[in-house]
Amino acid sequence: MGQALSLRENTVRLKNKNPQDFWCAILFVALGALAIYLSRDYKMGDALNMGPGYFPTWLGAIMIGFGVVIGGQSFRIEGDEAERQALRDWAFRPWLVLPGTLAVYALLMDADVGFVPSLIVLIIGCALAHKDVHWRETILLSLFVTAGAVAIFSYGIGLPYRLFWWSD
Amino acid sequence: MEELLPNLALGFSVALSLQNLLYCFLGVFLGTMIGVLPGIGPLATMAMLLPLTLALPPVSALIMLAGIYYGSDYGGSTTAILVNLPGEGSSVVTLLDGHPMAQQGRAGPALAIAAMGSFFAGCVGTLLIALVGPPLAYVALKFNSPEYFSLMVMALVCASVIGSGSLLKSLAMVILGLLIGIVGTDVSTGKLRFNFGVPELSDGIGIAVVAMGVFGMTEIIRNLAGAHMIQMISGGKIEGLMPRWQDLKISFGPILRGSSIGAAFGPLPGLGGTISAFTSYLVEKKLAKDPSRFGKGAIEGVAGPEAANNACAQTTFVPMLTLGVPATASMALMLGAMIMQGITPGPQVMTSRPDLFWGLIASMWIGNGMLLVLNLPLIGMWVRLLRVPYRLLFPIIMTMMGIGIYSLNSSGTDVLLMAFFGFAGYILLKLGCSFPPLILAMVLGPLMEENLRRSLLLSEGDPTVFVTRPISAGFMAATGLLLLFFALPAFRKKRS
Repeated sequence: MGQALSLRENTVRLKNKNPQDFWCAILFVALGALAIYLSRDYKMGDALNMGPGYFPTWLGAIMIGFGVVIGGQSFRIEGDEAERQALRDWAFRPWLVLPGTLAVYALLMDADVGFVPSLIVLIIGCALAHKDVHWRETILLSLFVTAGAVAIFSYGIGLPYRLFWWSD
Repeated sequence: MEELLPNLALGFSVALSLQNLLYCFLGVFLGTMIGVLPGIGPLATMAMLLPLTLALPPVSALIMLAGIYYGSDYGGSTTAILVNLPGEGSSVVTLLDGHPMAQQGRAGPALAIAAMGSFFAGCVGTLLIALVGPPLAYVALKFNSPEYFSLMVMALVCASVIGSGSLLKSLAMVILGLLIGIVGTDVSTGKLRFNFGVPELSDGIGIAVVAMGVFGMTEIIRNLAGAHMIQMISGGKIEGLMPRWQDLKISFGPILRGSSIGAAFGPLPGLGGTISAFTSYLVEKKLAKDPSRFGKGAIEGVAGPEAANNACAQTTFVPMLTLGVPATASMALMLGAMIMQGITPGPQVMTSRPDLFWGLIASMWIGNGMLLVLNLPLIGMWVRLLRVPYRLLFPIIMTMMGIGIYSLNSSGTDVLLMAFFGFAGYILLKLGCSFPPLILAMVLGPLMEENLRRSLLLSEGDPTVFVTRPISAGFMAATGLLLLFFALPAFRKKRS
């Protein structure tokens, strides 16, 4: 019984004290490893004659080094309240909706669907990132902003994108 | 020295051409307008508007971009005074006394004194660039690869040391920035690196794409998280723009001292406006007869820091223009724009393109004058802009970013990359990383690799070349001292 307790105390002591730093360290180590992995096919050369792989491989190694130190610290030094809070309230909705909308917009523009429909999709999609969506307002906004953008960018600056898929 | 007047005359003749005046005005106006929007700092503003300048001839493009830079800086102060928003960088200092002034119904004088202080500081800064630039460029012409490499190391370390958050994380962001800078074609071997099989990546990742992702998008995502929803001004009217005679008299000293502090701090790598504004604030508080007024609407607390900030904003151009090594992330964007215009940055710019160098400097002085004239009558408009609810504002900002980035190369790849950097940037932000070191490193990456390669070739592979050449050794020693100074307490406890 007593042994079990002290065992639990031991695990408690090894518990991570700063999850923010810990995950940051994991990410840095992974990025450093990725850099080294991607450089594996580039010629390394040596200091006198640096190959294309020399610089990125060393950078990857340094990155891993930073990750290891930060990760080590996260077990020793207690994080403050702000650092603990940071990971808790993650803004999932805008974090996923905004990049997603931009990706759709990029594909629409590349598919040459037209400036106007692409922008309307972009604006309405972005508005969905906000926690309360007012539909009427959003649609009006998209029409208004699109009209303004067409006036400024198509007629003003003369960006050469066709307005609709049927126009030329 | 005796060439100062003809040089400045050349500069003014370039900057005063109708076309350049127009672009200077456009830059200052748009920069202020975007900069006023809450949560968008100078970097995001510059990144957002950079595509607009690409079609212009180089001189006009840089004049406009510089206008955007200090316009957005000033716009940020406007927001800080009107809205108690812990916004970007230097505005943090302005709001300490600016916002209490606004609450007392004195937003007008606060904004006016900020504009006047900025204008005066801008003049001092411009003159200083004109004086210091040529001799510095002359010295820099003697620099060889080891000197450049060490200087860049120093700039990057400074940027990490000064920035907010953990020093180790900032240094890691430098490395990450250097790695992002590697994407594309290796200059000396022509080898494609880190391009993931995407042909559009063979020219590398554009700095505007990354800056807009990590500054613009992550900022919007963070604002939408609602942790600090934006509180608009209390609705009070702004009456009486002009400061009283008494205000001017009190503010003269602070503006003078602030300008000197800012002008001295500006060229030092990494020491941005925030540090100089803070220093000026502390100096004024120390010198004041009644320090307890500070924080409750003391006009000196607005005048000094604003002057310091703006003088600093001007003189940060010095290392970028004379050495080709930017001291801050904003200057890295300027440098990126210069490269996109086909100009090789470095000390030779002053002699090979005197019109560009002196025209840019003269335009800064003119632009600061425009800020003064433009902003006093336009304050009402900025206030209305600030009252627009954020849920309407952010889709508009996103649209401008989307159009701007797509128009860079008429390619969806850039938009996808920006989306990726916004997505990844939010993760890094949540993990406590800061982005200015990343942007600076990204621009310096290819230059650093090239200079490292040449240095080691020069020394036949001997890495001690960086500490045996006197100038390079000086840079390295300064870097080491800085690291030591900041790292020792940082290892024990976090910097505040």
